[in-house]
Amino acid sequence: MSAPTTTEARAHGRRRKRGSDRARSEARLGWWLAGPAFGLMLLVTLYPILQATYDSLFSLRLTAPDEREFVGIENYAVILTDWAFWRSMLVTLFITVVTVAIELVLGFALAMIMHRAITRLRGIIRTAILVPYGIITVVSAFAFFYAFDINTGYINSWFNWVPGIDESFNWFAQQWPSLFVIILSEVWKTTPFISLLLLAGLAQVPGELEEAAKVDGAKGWQVLRKVTLPNMKAAIMVAVLFRALEAFRIFDNVFIMTGGANNTEVLSLLAYNTSIGRLEIGMGSAISVLLFLSVLVISFIAIKGFRVDLSGTRGEN
Amino acid sequence: MTRGRRIAPVLALGLATVMVACTSETGPPTLTWYINPDDGGQAAIAQTCTEEADGAYVIETALLPREASDQREQLARRLAASDSSIDIMSLDPPYIPEMAEPGFLAEVPEELQDTDGIVQGAIDSATWNDELVTVPFWANTQLLWYRESVAEEVGLDMSQPVTWDDLIEAAAENDLYLGVQGILAEALTVWINALVASGGGEILVNPEAPSDELELDLDSEAGRRAAEIVSRIGSEGLGGPGLPTADENASMNVFQGDRGSFMVNWPFVYPAMAAAESEVMDDLAWTTYPRVDPDTEAAPPVGGINLGVGAFSNHIDLAWEAVACIVRPEHQAEYFVTNGNPPSAIEAYDDPSVQEEFPMADAIRDSLEQAEPRPQTPFYNEISIGLQDTWHPVSSVDPETTPASSQQFITEVLRGERLL
Repeated sequence: MSAPTTTEARAHGRRRKRGSDRARSEARLGWWLAGPAFGLMLLVTLYPILQATYDSLFSLRLTAPDEREFVGIENYAVILTDWAFWRSMLVTLFITVVTVAIELVLGFALAMIMHRAITRLRGIIRTAILVPYGIITVVSAFAFFYAFDINTGYINSWFNWVPGIDESFNWFAQQWPSLFVIILSEVWKTTPFISLLLLAGLAQVPGELEEAAKVDGAKGWQVLRKVTLPNMKAAIMVAVLFRALEAFRIFDNVFIMTGGANNTEVLSLLAYNTSIGRLEIGMGSAISVLLFLSVLVISFIAIKGFRVDLSGTRGEN
Repeated sequence: MTRGRRIAPVLALGLATVMVACTSETGPPTLTWYINPDDGGQAAIAQTCTEEADGAYVIETALLPREASDQREQLARRLAASDSSIDIMSLDPPYIPEMAEPGFLAEVPEELQDTDGIVQGAIDSATWNDELVTVPFWANTQLLWYRESVAEEVGLDMSQPVTWDDLIEAAAENDLYLGVQGILAEALTVWINALVASGGGEILVNPEAPSDELELDLDSEAGRRAAEIVSRIGSEGLGGPGLPTADENASMNVFQGDRGSFMVNWPFVYPAMAAAESEVMDDLAWTTYPRVDPDTEAAPPVGGINLGVGAFSNHIDLAWEAVACIVRPEHQAEYFVTNGNPPSAIEAYDDPSVQEEFPMADAIRDSLEQAEPRPQTPFYNEISIGLQDTWHPVSSVDPETTPASSQQFITEVLRGERLL
């Protein structure tokens, strides 16, 4: 909540120095336009966050409401000293880092294709690339699950020429193969999202800069490295941040494919299993609060540490 | 202003619809029966009993999720919020104490307390704190299914009680697969519990104690024997490569495969394989669940569905009347024939159509009489998930250490000192 207001204030300050009535009325209009949505967001996000934070201080089980007991930060102490939590944290971080890295490279390649495609094919190519993103995650998770499953899958018979894969290879019986399928499904599903954000960045790179570089004798690779990438740094960082936050909250793929078996439990699944499965509202809320704090930390590191400028995508720079 | 005029009729229409909806409530009271998914049998019984009630009530069914654990989650969440729309519930037995303890279930009336003529396994599963808190509807148990040709080939006399060691030896020597459920799910708990109980042990010593006083007895002779059996099947690959993800359907597929031999499974496999016109049907035979110790009777798993009435229902008396109609032996017999779910009433097994449709009906009834329920405690979910976490995959089970570490882990979870 405080982040947007401070940026807003700073923007105000800069404009006020120029002392323009128009800027002030623009800001007022901005509030009129965004205000209702902002208020609604507070209502539907702030309330659950506060409620969860409050509940996390109690030992509270849904089926024993009378035995509610204030335990202070004990739930947090139990969670933070339990290997199960840190294991889920490591698995979640691993999935986040690997998927974002792969998607960034793949997404950039796809963005280049969409950007460069001849006008006649542009529509078809953009649609084709965006199709996976339009599919519901649960559906794509089931599709990948059934494709790799030992009973119904066809992957084993298609790829039996690869060493280590044969008809009796059970992908979901061990940690690494399970994580491989989970990551593959994530990458397939969300690469279009990152490539879309990168495409917006590519479109902002002034064509004359690239042309000038070419005239000066720069090779394609040099143009990319010295001109294109530096000019779309803001877009890249925004894409990475958004995607990292999303990847960190991964749930559907793991829930459907392994249910957390073979050490593939991620943080959201741990929170779900505790609150919804065990009906331990207190402990589950504490995990949710920690998950929320982790997301805040990632945003903070990205925005402060890597200087991600969120206004970059709005084309203000 | 024109806009306002346009909206007014729409609003009026909306209000009128709401009022019509309200006035239509004046008919016979509607009882909502939350059912687990089946082949339409419960909806058919609801229809029959509605007609029989002759205007006293109307039973409508509402579908719960497929998995028993998901059914429990939905019902527990609704009941915790005092949902008055829940009149009748189809409940999976292990979760009944959890619903009974906080008073989510209405008291069973005197006339439905009579348990004469009901199989023992179903009575046990409907009881909490020595009181009948639900009414048995249908009762499930696992049998040992086998292929006659295979049994003959490996030289096992199936007319005598068979032990797990017999099956393991036969599978190991003849390169066969056993149909067992090694998936990280409730099915694994069912298997472990049956092995511990058949070995004369029990997972929980004092099921009625509060969570921080519950005592487990896995670190015992029976617990180690159970661990020995699952670990041998797992580590020697006797359950096939799909064992770590094998649920009941997957073991049925293994059983029908080239190396299929013996399988422990619920009776649904019989109509399922018959409907698929499976090749093994001509060769199929069944007997009681395998023993752990050759001289002690097996304790087969028990499942099924009991009926409970929501404590917050507006029509508790009518709901019990409806339950009395639903569980009548002839309805149970018909339900068995049409949906493949075995009755809890002994009488229903003598029904000619049951005997004709399910030649193994007597074996099921006998199995139900000697079945042992899973630990009955409001904290069943913790115990079941804790067992699954520590015993999965079964190939990693070490008979020397797993029972003890599993017991310690579950105890710590119950004390609130560990995450699950």
